Amino acid sequence: MSSIPDELSYTKEHEWVAGLDDGLTVTVGITAYAAESLGDVVYVQLPEAGATVEAGDAVGEVESTKSVSDIYAPVGGEIVEINQTVVDDPSLVNSDPYGDGWLFRVRIEGAPDDLLTNEEYATLTAAES
Amino acid sequence: MSRPTPLHEVHQSLGATLTDFAGWLMPLRYGSESAEHTAVRTAAGLFDLSHMGEIHVTGEGAADALDHALVGNLGGLSPGRARYTMMCDADGGIVDDLIVYRLSAEEFMVCANASNYLRVAQELTDRSKNHDAVVDDRSDSYALLAVQGPRSPQILAKLTDADLDGLKYYTGLPGTVAGVEALIARTGYTGEDGFELFVAADDAVKLWHALMEAGSDEGLVPAGLSARDTLRLEAGMPLYGNELTSATTPMDAGLGRVVRFDKAGDFVGRAALSAAETGRRLVGLVMKGRRVPRHGFAVVDAGGAVVGEVTSGAPSPSIGRPIAMAYVDVNATPAAVDIRGSHEPVDVVDLPFYRRKK
Repeated sequence: MSSIPDELSYTKEHEWVAGLDDGLTVTVGITAYAAESLGDVVYVQLPEAGATVEAGDAVGEVESTKSVSDIYAPVGGEIVEINQTVVDDPSLVNSDPYGDGWLFRVRIEGAPDDLLTNEEYATLTAAES
Repeated sequence: MSRPTPLHEVHQSLGATLTDFAGWLMPLRYGSESAEHTAVRTAAGLFDLSHMGEIHVTGEGAADALDHALVGNLGGLSPGRARYTMMCDADGGIVDDLIVYRLSAEEFMVCANASNYLRVAQELTDRSKNHDAVVDDRSDSYALLAVQGPRSPQILAKLTDADLDGLKYYTGLPGTVAGVEALIARTGYTGEDGFELFVAADDAVKLWHALMEAGSDEGLVPAGLSARDTLRLEAGMPLYGNELTSATTPMDAGLGRVVRFDKAGDFVGRAALSAAETGRRLVGLVMKGRRVPRHGFAVVDAGGAVVGEVTSGAPSPSIGRPIAMAYVDVNATPAAVDIRGSHEPVDVVDLPFYRRKK
């Protein structure tokens, strides 16, 4: 069973969102479940810092040995920072998906209302596996 | 519903990620597929290949039957030796690529791909009608375990009295491994030294555990189909369904040498293959960037015109960049692969990408 930290919010596209409580800037990554499903991640393409995105936009991609998946913006706003370390070493997505494997930060315009709690996300992944 | 192999419970207990492959439920990877790949290049890996087909052809006319049914010269094979060969259709298209082991003067074992062995067994039966030969598909009674990598001779030597030093590449002999009767073959699909062990399905679990124990201080790890695919791709070995299809001749694949026009008698595909002209060639591509070319992606020239198609592509742990095999027009110069609309530049290289140090 992959870890699903309590304090994060989630999307159906297997992304996590941290920092919603502050209401300003959130951090986005992909979940341990997604990283395990993908296998070894070998390439991460991220949006440009400064770009404005809508929730649901495809903003990048994560490529593994066997497959490629889009990265979606879980929330709308401005991309304020990307994790260049994970671009240089994509294996961080596998080794530390909730920590050093974070992908980008978004300055949000309002509180999104369609994210999943950890329990809802656990139910989703249990149904898929 | 996919069929489990005799080692299914072992894979489950190891926490393998399983995948459907040609109707079989196979381990894709046990942990990190890159780590499994590297273990095979530097130490050793243990593979369950029980999905492969094993078809015995026996009788006074067995050699002649195979010389008629297949493109290779099997009558010229000494007992104890193995040969890479193919079965073709009358139009020259490839039915399957095979390894044939000559067990004795009148007995051969044909090892066929999981996706094709039923067709191969049927074709062998049909093509042997006028020969004194019996074709027997024994795939269900076999398990196949492969130990591949530079440490594999040391690992196997702990479990058998067989003369492994005398067992050269592409030979096979009957022996006993960990108390289990096996055909011990020095063959593989990884580009490394290694062995394939054909055993009774009921002995598979016992042999697996004995091999893992013998390899525990040699760096042996279980390895799945994902690592197998990147290993064979680096070694420039074709995969049926990718580089080889019914619309492909051995010449297209750069494997014209397996077609033995010099052997006596007719064989299925001879006329078509004698006249075959290939307008394409199989090339190796190394990506300059980090995006991965995949099966079916278009190959383009410097002007952006489509000149070919990727047959297999993957990130290469040994090279550190993504690699691909592709069919391209004979006169074209590939410059890039179209990866989801973006032309990503490539270097064209000779195959294989990786060759082990002898």
